Amino acid sequence: MAEAPHIQIENLSFARGERQIFSNISLQIPRGQIIAIMGPSGTGKTTLLRLIGGQLKPDAGSVTVAGKVVHRLRHRDLFKLRQTMGMLFQSGALFTDISVYENVAFPLRAHTELPEDMIRDIVLMKLEAVGLRGARDLMPAELSGGMTRRVALARSIALDPELIMYDEPFTGQDPIAMGVLVKLIRELNETMGLTSVLVSHDVPESLSICHYGYIVADGKIIGEGTPEQLRNHPSERVQQFLQGGPDGPVPFHYPAPDLTQDWLGGGHG
Amino acid sequence: MVDRIAALGRLGLAILSSLGRSGVFLFRSLVGVHRPATGFPLLVTQLYALGVLSLAIIVVSGLFIGMVLGLQGYTILSDYGSEQAVGQMVALTLVRELGPVVTALLFAGRAGSALTAEIGLMKATEQLSSMEMMGVDPLRRIIAPRFWAGFISVPLLAMIFTVVGIWGGMLVSVKWLGVFEGSYWGNMQASVSFTGDVLNGIIKAVVFGFVCAWIAVYQGYDCVPTSAGISRATTKTVVYSSLAVLGLDFVLTAVMFGKF
Repeated sequence: MAEAPHIQIENLSFARGERQIFSNISLQIPRGQIIAIMGPSGTGKTTLLRLIGGQLKPDAGSVTVAGKVVHRLRHRDLFKLRQTMGMLFQSGALFTDISVYENVAFPLRAHTELPEDMIRDIVLMKLEAVGLRGARDLMPAELSGGMTRRVALARSIALDPELIMYDEPFTGQDPIAMGVLVKLIRELNETMGLTSVLVSHDVPESLSICHYGYIVADGKIIGEGTPEQLRNHPSERVQQFLQGGPDGPVPFHYPAPDLTQDWLGGGHG
Repeated sequence: MVDRIAALGRLGLAILSSLGRSGVFLFRSLVGVHRPATGFPLLVTQLYALGVLSLAIIVVSGLFIGMVLGLQGYTILSDYGSEQAVGQMVALTLVRELGPVVTALLFAGRAGSALTAEIGLMKATEQLSSMEMMGVDPLRRIIAPRFWAGFISVPLLAMIFTVVGIWGGMLVSVKWLGVFEGSYWGNMQASVSFTGDVLNGIIKAVVFGFVCAWIAVYQGYDCVPTSAGISRATTKTVVYSSLAVLGLDFVLTAVMFGKF
């Protein structure tokens, strides 16, 4: 085997209260590739990113990032490891009280001792990469949804991470903003050699940029492969998800008692 | 019946685990010390937001409470012909009780609730989470400076409150009602002891500052990150802080001034 994968997830199980989110899944994310993790809403895709980032601890199994088992790291080492990761939150999660410029400068100020003019150069370079150098004096409240995400992207690459995780980057974006994000994700991966983990339920966009994809449902991986392999996947569930069929192996109805009984049963609710 | 007992047990466990969590939370936010170069500006910003901006309400309330004390004291004491003692009464009431207690209550309403709402909203908009993923510990960066600022502000505000109150009492009883100024200040100086009264009052304010700041930052950090959750947490901050201040005040008073 060649190089060790950047992220290795082995026999991971995780439950939230009564609900089992992952049961015994394993997957590998090689260095320098774009890996898409797709699945219906509510299957815990964001949870998976939080497990990789060490914000949650698995119930069983392990998550290894760059050779380190995340949930066994000491507090300080975990925070050191996180400096090599970038994460783009679905909401952008910009700091609302400081300007775009200060947002991008934040991780630099927190982790480096760089002089102010050097910070300025880096911030402008990162903002230029996402096409928002001209918006540096705006406040986060003045940005559109797509711009917010691009600023957040600039912020998460400010420290030149080795790994970047995108949490639903396409959700709620207009077609142009979506196109811009697809282009940015691909360019960042190619120019910086970033390992990119893309969590999404937007199938066409994800398949158009990923090198390899996993499809997650009901706490398991139900399909994996290159975009080509996934499009021709034999499983009915994978096909239903990729093509967006309303009913099929994944039922239209949330689990419920029989309809007639529910009507006649009376009682609460 | 069994259900009720079980519910009581669950409530007890919930309270205990919440206390434990808040203790661990406080410990974790206070152990890591910033480099002075980054930590100090953060602390100063918070001292301004929590302390300086609370000055207006503290000064105005202190003035009015002092004036009311002067008026009431004069009315009651003049029945016995001892209105010269009004200075002593105003000062002791403010230094021992009203200064620390009312300051802490006002602080919880003015600054504590704002702290909780701010931190809760940061949590709801994933700002705390994203900070964590950037390798910056929000407990140190966000919580610690806010806690210290609250802890430092309350005793200072209480002292200002007390001083303004004593001056307000003087305005009413001396300037308006005609008590001899020499006896107002003289009686005060003769009866207020530095260690027995002033120091004990400051100790009270320090304790209240600790409790109010702790409750405010913990409620914000621990809130359910929804709009209803934040509003509940803000209410809890004010209610718990007020109850804790009043309850602790009784305990502290019993220890400091009780003659058993």
